[in-house]
Amino acid sequence: MTETAAAPVVRIQGVDKVFTSGTATTTALKGIDLEIRRGEFISLIGPSGCGKSTLLRVIGDLVAPTAGTVEVNGKPAVRARLDRDYGMVFQAPVLFDWRSVEDNVKLPLELMGYDSARRSARAKEMLDLVELSDFVKHHPYQLSGGMQQRVAIARALAFEPSILLMDEPFGALDEMTRERMNQEVLRIWEQTGITVVFVTHSIPEAVFLSSRVVVMSARPGRITDVIEIELPRPRGVETREERRYFELVTAVREALRRGDADGADGGAAGATSGTGASDGTDGGPSQAALDRARAEGGIG
Amino acid sequence: MATTGPIDLLPQSPTRTRSAVAPATPRVGHSRARRIATYVLFGLAILVIWESVKFVGGVPWRFQNVLGTDIDIEHFPPFRWAFASDLNLPHWWNILAALAAPVQRNAESTLAQFLVGAAFYTWREAVIGFIVGALLGLLLATVFVHSRLAERAFVPYVVASQTIPIVALAPMIVFAFGPNVTSVVVIATYLTFFPVTIAMIRGLRAPDPRALELMRSYAAGRWATYWKLRLPASMPYLFTALKIAATASIVGAIIGEGPGGIPNGLGRAIINFNQQYITGPEKLWAAILVASLLGVTFFVMIRALELVALRGRPGAAEG
Repeated sequence: MTETAAAPVVRIQGVDKVFTSGTATTTALKGIDLEIRRGEFISLIGPSGCGKSTLLRVIGDLVAPTAGTVEVNGKPAVRARLDRDYGMVFQAPVLFDWRSVEDNVKLPLELMGYDSARRSARAKEMLDLVELSDFVKHHPYQLSGGMQQRVAIARALAFEPSILLMDEPFGALDEMTRERMNQEVLRIWEQTGITVVFVTHSIPEAVFLSSRVVVMSARPGRITDVIEIELPRPRGVETREERRYFELVTAVREALRRGDADGADGGAAGATSGTGASDGTDGGPSQAALDRARAEGGIG
Repeated sequence: MATTGPIDLLPQSPTRTRSAVAPATPRVGHSRARRIATYVLFGLAILVIWESVKFVGGVPWRFQNVLGTDIDIEHFPPFRWAFASDLNLPHWWNILAALAAPVQRNAESTLAQFLVGAAFYTWREAVIGFIVGALLGLLLATVFVHSRLAERAFVPYVVASQTIPIVALAPMIVFAFGPNVTSVVVIATYLTFFPVTIAMIRGLRAPDPRALELMRSYAAGRWATYWKLRLPASMPYLFTALKIAATASIVGAIIGEGPGGIPNGLGRAIINFNQQYITGPEKLWAAILVASLLGVTFFVMIRALELVALRGRPGAAEG
C-alpha cells in the first residue's frame, strides 16, 4: 500500500446492470460513476430496489456489470477478488454452524493457505479486536445476533483484505445493539485503516459512520447525490447529539426525497415510494419512523 | 421422535443478547431414563395386547395341577379368529422358548445362537452394500449438483430404478454376478444408493446463497467450496438418508440371500423356517424378531454416528 492517499481504491465508470428473467428486464443500475479513496468509509443509502446491494456486489465481483468498468486497487474487480482484496459481511452473519467461533474466523485463512500457527495467531488477534476472546470455542448458535455479526466481521478482516464490503450488516439487529455495533465498527475501521463500503437503510447510521454518504434512487438505480460528512472524529455518543449531525441527517433525508421525486416521473411525485419493494422497507422520509418501528417490533 | 425441550428450537432472535452460554442439554440423565422407560413400557404393552388377542380369539387352553394343587384351569375364548390361532400367532413365550431350544434335534447350539450368527453374517453383507451404496449415492449427487445436464439426464433413471421390484431384479443380479456374496452386496447396494442420492442432491444445495457468495469472495474454487461448505452443510441430510439406507441394506441382504444361494445368513434361515412353519411357527417368528433387531441395531449405530458427527450444531439432538 505505497500509493498515495489520493489514488482511488475503487473506480467505477459508467456501470449499468440489467437483470433479465424470461422476457422481463430490470435495470438495477444505470450510469454509475463513483470513486472511493483509500481509507474512506462510504455508505450507500437509498430505497429498496435502488440497486445499492447490487452495486456492492458489482464492486466485489459477485455480480458482473452489464456495461462499464470497475477497477479496484488499479486492477479489474475480478482480479481483485482473485487476489482476495475483499472482506464481505452480509445482513445475516452466515456463520458455518458446524464450526466453532474460532474455526469460522479461520475459514478464509485455511482457503488461503495460512499455516496452522498463523491461522491461530490471526484468529486470536481478530477475536480480540471484536472483543470475543472469551467465546473462542463456542458455537455460533450459542451467541446472540450481535455477537454473531462480530464473528462475521472478524472473519472478514482475518486475511487483511484492503476493502470491507458490508451489506446491511446490522439491519437485523435491534436499535440498541445496532448503535453499539456502529461504535464497534468505527473503532475497527480506525484501528485497521481499511476502506469500507457500507450498504444501509438507516439514515442515522449512514451519517454517524461515513466519511461520505452516496444517495441512490430507484427505477433505474442511480446515484443522485453524494454528501460529504465532515463530522469530527473520533465519533461517539455525543456525536449523535450534535446540531451538525442532525443537519446532516436532514440533508441526507432531503436528498433521498429529491431523488425519489425525480425518479417517480412527475405524476406520482411525493414522499412515498412503497411500490414493488421486495425487501420490505423503503428509504424515503419515513425511514426514521421505520427504524423506530423496527426497533420496537424487533423485526429484522 | 423423542421428547426434547423447546430449548433447541429457539430461533436466533436478535434480542437474545443476554447470555452467550446456551443451556446444552438439560437433565440428560433424567430424560434418557424416561425414554428407556417409555420403550420398555411400549414393548410390554405390545406383549399384553398380543396375548389379549389370543385370549379373546385364540384356541382353548388348560393348565392342569396349577402350582402343585389339583386345580385345573381351562379357558375357552369366546371367538375363534384364524389369525389368532397358535399357528398364525404363537404365544410369545413359546417364541422365546424356541429361541432357547436347540436349533435342531441333537444340535449343540440354540436357535438364538444360530440366528445371531446368521444375523452377523447378513449384517456383514449389508454393511458392505451400505458403504458402497452410500458412496455411490454421494458420488451421483455430487455430479448432479455440479451439472444440471447430468441431473436432468440421469435422475429419472435413478428414480425408475427404484420402481423395479427387488424380487424381480435379484435373480437377474445373481445371474450376472454368480450365486455368491457379491450378488447379495450388489442387491444391498441397489437399495442403499437411492435415498442417499436423493437426499444429497438436496443437501449439497442446502447452503445459504450468501455462504456461496462468501466462498466466491474468498476466490474459493468448486473443490474448496465442496469440502468446506457444501459437504459439511449437507451432513444432516446425509444422516437422515443413511438411517433409511441402513434398514434398507438389511432388507436387501436378506432378500438377496435367497436367489444368491447364501446358506449362512438370515435370508436362508427365513426361507427354511418358512417351509417348516406348520410344524414350528415359533422359529420363523424368532427369525423375524432377530432380523428386525438387526435392523434396529444398525439404525441405532448410524444414529450414534450422527450424534458424534453433528455435535455442536443446533438441533443435533433431534433425530
